Amino acid sequence: MTHPILQAAAVTWISLRTIPQRRGSSGAAVFGIAGVVAVLVGTLSIAQGFRQAMTAAVAPENVVVLRGGVDSEMLSILGPEEVRVVEDTAGLARDARGALASAELYVVIDLPKRSSGTDANVPLRGVGPAAYGVRPEVQITAGRRFEPGRSEIIAGRGAAAEFAGLDLGSRVKVGRNEWTVVGIFSAGGGLAESEIWTDAVVLQDAYERDQSYQAVYARLDSAGQFDAFKDALTSDPRLNVRVVRQADYYAEQAEAVDRLVTVLGTLVAALMGMGALFGALNTMYTSVSARRREIATLRALGFGGGPVVASVLLESLVLALAGGAIGAGLACGLLDGYRASTLNWQSFSQVAFAFAVTPQLLLEGVAYAAGIGLIGGAFPAIRAARLPVAVALRDL
Amino acid sequence: MSDNVWVSVRGVDKVFVRGSESIHVLERLSLEVRQGEFLALMGPSGSGKTTLLNLIGGLDRPTSGEIEVGGERLDGMSERRLAAWRARQVGLVFQLYHLMTALTAERNVELPLLLSPLNRLERRQHVATALALVGLKDRARHYPSQLSGGEQQRVGIARAIVTDPVLLLCDEPTGDLDRKSGDEILGLLQALNREHGKTIVMVTHDPHASARAGRTLYLNKGRLSAEMPE
Repeated sequence: MTHPILQAAAVTWISLRTIPQRRGSSGAAVFGIAGVVAVLVGTLSIAQGFRQAMTAAVAPENVVVLRGGVDSEMLSILGPEEVRVVEDTAGLARDARGALASAELYVVIDLPKRSSGTDANVPLRGVGPAAYGVRPEVQITAGRRFEPGRSEIIAGRGAAAEFAGLDLGSRVKVGRNEWTVVGIFSAGGGLAESEIWTDAVVLQDAYERDQSYQAVYARLDSAGQFDAFKDALTSDPRLNVRVVRQADYYAEQAEAVDRLVTVLGTLVAALMGMGALFGALNTMYTSVSARRREIATLRALGFGGGPVVASVLLESLVLALAGGAIGAGLACGLLDGYRASTLNWQSFSQVAFAFAVTPQLLLEGVAYAAGIGLIGGAFPAIRAARLPVAVALRDL
Repeated sequence: MSDNVWVSVRGVDKVFVRGSESIHVLERLSLEVRQGEFLALMGPSGSGKTTLLNLIGGLDRPTSGEIEVGGERLDGMSERRLAAWRARQVGLVFQLYHLMTALTAERNVELPLLLSPLNRLERRQHVATALALVGLKDRARHYPSQLSGGEQQRVGIARAIVTDPVLLLCDEPTGDLDRKSGDEILGLLQALNREHGKTIVMVTHDPHASARAGRTLYLNKGRLSAEMPE
């Protein structure tokens, strides 16, 4: 007697060869699973894209200094004395103008979305002269930098694409000022591309903030100096500050939306997966029923129940993997790079991001499809193996 | 088992239960078939002919009684052993051929050999021999849909004999064929019996078919007799 695996291979080969005879039910299962995988991968690509936008292009040397006890710069406030102490702390990188530390303000303004015309919260960041040194990834792609002391703004390319009124040369009325868009910038795909930047001093005046700031963004000489820098600031009796790596700060900011989208996406995919599971079950029961004659004949010839179970499971798996591949392909082709924006609850402002269909997500989608296929094939496979041969042959 | 007896059925009952109803298909039935014999089993529909054939072929189990084929008791065997026994010892020929539509004639014939320890080359040689024996050497690469009913039944017979079993069990082998094709199949079975020593048990409705057998038994109301019931 040959090995059961060889028997299973032979029976599976027969079942796969007869799939065209069952193309209706097989096609329905394949496309049902494709839809589920496309939704799963598409939804998770939102979370992935949001996460990437929040964390991309953040240098490990960069730190954020906030008021002690707050977890968002929206709630933070730092006086000019505190900012000066931070700027004078050892460990900061320097250029010709001094320490690479940018004291910044962060306000949220209303601008209409280009897609829907509805108002959305857009972050307007007032930055110091060192901002470009702290974030060297920021590059002007059109126009020029704003001039200090003037009501000029530059818009991240994500914000410019997503919100109306940010075209180069446009004028935007915000607060007490009317601002001119003088430049568009990129930031290596990072969060800054969702923001509008201006001179911090002008923004202080426009929003009557006196000389207060909300955060200091700074660059250290090296990432290894973070602990010493943090200790120096948090142990200074003149300060009450929280020091955090910029990457960690952004990750914290992304967490709520990331978790929500992931949980919702997984929930939706799980519910759809239940539907696809029943579809696969139905398909494989139909397949076993259609192959009743074949299966009974093979059993009569001496093939065991194990190879029959394996063949039904493998057929189900093949159909599911085909569906998974189609779904993953659809998600990749239609959604990867699709630009959108969503509200980041931590900062109450919109984050522009691109859906990111990564190889990891594609693998997860295909693995999910395989799971549906195996579970959907299990019960029909057991039924096929338990088919009483004599009864099945008599019923034909 | 006495000398030369290949199939021995002793005091077999077979009861089918459907809901609250019990149907006694076979009652205290006994039968012996000698090695090399060609036995025809006749009887009206529902008389239990196919049930008896299934019991002899290990496709079903008796409710009570003993079945011995080639010196091996079938009624106590596990499903796994029974399947292995069928693969080695029995060739099955069905009324509707039961060929795999997705496989060519030669791949259909090869199927039982996949359960044997033969390598691919040996399997090909056995398949070629079996197909030549049934006169279908030149139709080896054809699919069932490209063959006539008579040719499909020849493929079915080639599949049954490819493992060289002693016993062939044929369930209405000509039931789906016209007279000419049926005659050819019966001639082939006769040749397998006379020239190759196959023991054949054939279920049939057709007196013309049973006339080709060496012995005919009639099954009626669960009992066997040598005389046709009135």
